[in-house]
Amino acid sequence: MAFYVVQFLTGLASAASLFLVASGLSIIFGVTRIVNFAHGAFYMIGAYIAFTLTERLSGAFGFWGSIVLAALAVAMIGIIVEMVLLRRIYHAPELFQLLATFGLTLMVEDLVVLVWGPDDLVGRRAPGFKGAIDFFGQNIPSYDLFLIVLGPVVLGILWLLFQRTRWGVLVRAATQDRDMVAALGVNQKWLFTSVFAVGVFLAALGGALQIPRDAVHHAMDLRIIVEVFVVVVIGGLGSIIGAFVAAVLVSELNAFGILIFPKISIILVFLVMAVVLIVRPWGLFGKPEAPARKTPGLTVNPWRPLTSNERLAALAALVIAATLPLFAGNYALTVGSEIAIFVIFAVSLHFLMSVGGLASFGHAAYFGLGAYGIAFLAKMAGLPMVVCLLLGPLLGCMGAAVFGFFAVQLSGVYFAMLTLAFAQIVWSIAFQWVSVTGGDNGILGVWPEKWAASPSHFYWLALGVAALVTIALRAMVFSPFGYALRATRDSLLRSEAIGIDAKRIQWTAFVIAGTTAGIGGALFAYLKGSVFPDNLGISLSVDALVMVLLGGVETVSGAVIGAIVYKALNIWLVSQTDLSKLVLGGFIMLIVVVFPKGIVGMLETLAQRRKKAPPPASPLLAKPIESAE
Amino acid sequence: MKLTVQDLNSHYGPAHILFDIGFEVGEGEVVALLGRNGAGKSTTFRSIVGLVAQRTGRIVFEGKDVSAKPTHEIVREGLGYVPEERRIFTDLTVEENLEVGKQPKRANAPDWTREKLFALFPNLGEMKNRPGGRMSGGEQQMLTIARTLMGNPSLVLLDEPSEGLSPKIVEQMVDAILTMKKEGVSIVVSEQNLHFARLISDRAYIIERGRICFGGTMAELDARPDIRDAHLSL
Repeated sequence: MAFYVVQFLTGLASAASLFLVASGLSIIFGVTRIVNFAHGAFYMIGAYIAFTLTERLSGAFGFWGSIVLAALAVAMIGIIVEMVLLRRIYHAPELFQLLATFGLTLMVEDLVVLVWGPDDLVGRRAPGFKGAIDFFGQNIPSYDLFLIVLGPVVLGILWLLFQRTRWGVLVRAATQDRDMVAALGVNQKWLFTSVFAVGVFLAALGGALQIPRDAVHHAMDLRIIVEVFVVVVIGGLGSIIGAFVAAVLVSELNAFGILIFPKISIILVFLVMAVVLIVRPWGLFGKPEAPARKTPGLTVNPWRPLTSNERLAALAALVIAATLPLFAGNYALTVGSEIAIFVIFAVSLHFLMSVGGLASFGHAAYFGLGAYGIAFLAKMAGLPMVVCLLLGPLLGCMGAAVFGFFAVQLSGVYFAMLTLAFAQIVWSIAFQWVSVTGGDNGILGVWPEKWAASPSHFYWLALGVAALVTIALRAMVFSPFGYALRATRDSLLRSEAIGIDAKRIQWTAFVIAGTTAGIGGALFAYLKGSVFPDNLGISLSVDALVMVLLGGVETVSGAVIGAIVYKALNIWLVSQTDLSKLVLGGFIMLIVVVFPKGIVGMLETLAQRRKKAPPPASPLLAKPIESAE
Repeated sequence: MKLTVQDLNSHYGPAHILFDIGFEVGEGEVVALLGRNGAGKSTTFRSIVGLVAQRTGRIVFEGKDVSAKPTHEIVREGLGYVPEERRIFTDLTVEENLEVGKQPKRANAPDWTREKLFALFPNLGEMKNRPGGRMSGGEQQMLTIARTLMGNPSLVLLDEPSEGLSPKIVEQMVDAILTMKKEGVSIVVSEQNLHFARLISDRAYIIERGRICFGGTMAELDARPDIRDAHLSL
């Protein structure tokens, strides 16, 4: 019995930091409507700076002073980030904001390694809380008890701040109606900045307070951000009490999950989140709100099929691409195959995102499932390659059918978060179920048969499949199904009012996109000869998003160009520098802020400008950032 | 002139909504902006306070050109705005809603305190701690006016204050607007209800399909029943 009580208390202590970070994210979202992916990065910087300061400053005051100083310093960094980056993207679609803050996270990951080195850092213990308290033969660290008290205290302070101060009243008002607050003479610019600073302060404090418990390392940002997403989604975005309750719930699930299901402890939390989202999509303490935001893909320039000249040009480009084996070496052909595979992956996400208006943050799950499908069929069942290629993607299809059913019940940020969570579930299964998937070691030795084994033959195979997939999806855009899908994207209510079963259409699109991604993953498994959990990871999902974004979300076939440019750049970059994340993160932010229409979108705009008067402003940024300035 | 609007043009995306709107409001005057549903009354107000992003033209308030300023700065000059949809903060209490509107005193405008506003709208004084979401439409309308007055404006844009209210509440609204006028606040009130407008206004403009098609005193408007019948549904 005492053991369970101690386990419960450990869970409560872990909840403190989680609550601090989650409440910060929630406050920021409430007012600015930005889901700050970089929140984990601020948490991490808080821990690193606190580590350095506690090493320099001695004594009890030195320790506690360092914790607070670190949080304040990171809050200052947050202010700079808000003023330089976020002010430019407040009116951009959620997807762009998530991506920009993700880019920031990538940069921070490389920067902390540059400054503090790649090794884990073990911090000092808190003065006055170094020992443990005996509880019926079980030890409870006294620092844990401090954290258990701290959580509710911070909750109380935040409550007073929001209920009893003018600033709090303004923040709550802005959470509901930003424009009206401006129309009453409040300068939103500084309100937003101060809210962001408070949110970042909380995240950094959460990180700083962790140093006596955990080692500081450069991957702690992604771990916490995924947990924090789960917490705010369960508790309800924008609700501080919700963040508190959900932080306790998630921490306890972690604490006891490890006892009950040691193999799938990660999954347990995600399952609870999925259930909450399906029953109460706005979270336990959140409020349902109308999705007022613009979805990606919404465009003023109507889409049209290619003219016969453009078709000839596309065919010519394909023929030229097919001649690559005549003059290029094996390495170039392998790179070419990889690019062709990523074209498949990117167009599948583009179909879901630009045509369907559903921005998935976990699309790699279906790519990876396709890859694992191949590995199972080829390695375990020993089926011939053609059969494998036909059946392998079905695993992606089934995954998309199951997860897609739940995901399309939601939209916007919640859709993005749920798809991310599902992808994490699949990833943790692949990672933890070692007996079947090989865990971190993956499944090796998945090689193509002789007829496709040479680099040139495999390149032709990949290129041919990529061309077929692109043509098929493009044809679908201009089919009745495509019209219906675009109708649900542009207005869910109106499309339902004219008799379109919107959820079923979206679900179908999700399955089509998932299956297509699975085809890409299947080829990828043969190209690499192996399958790893990374093939389903977050970073691969984000790669796909960046490809679509780079090509142009509003265009019909920007994803093809985006995939080619991004993948080529990425492969070249990784071979050139150790700081690829830093460059890549900066690159992502640059596209979002400076080229929100992507390469193809820019070309279209230029072509139009030459033809006639300037086109109307981009619908993505139709409203300049005037209310935030 | 208190407020001069010249050549105001506004767009929502590709749609052109307002065409060369121009009108004037004198010191302490109550001016009615009359027109049917969708004529452009609300868009005119939203454009003046900068809530419509795509707009051109000159807006001169108390001798200063405010057309390039962001919304909150225009409002801080003393140009208050009461939206048609009321836009009460439903999670906030009456007191907190008033707090959001609070701005420092202004030399050339009446100074409104909570007490003065509760005297003007006695209903609100009885529900200081009620959340905005649990109030009736009439009470919300009073709160939205009181909230704007907390900013001590010298001119108020009142968007359809009588819309959807019971006759008894409309009477109270007339009294409140006349009190505001007596205190020295200039008012532009948009209305579909000519009867209501006649009770409070000195002059009127008629707006139709985004254009001003009449401007004059209430007596001049009454002398032209043809215009009245063509542009206002009675």
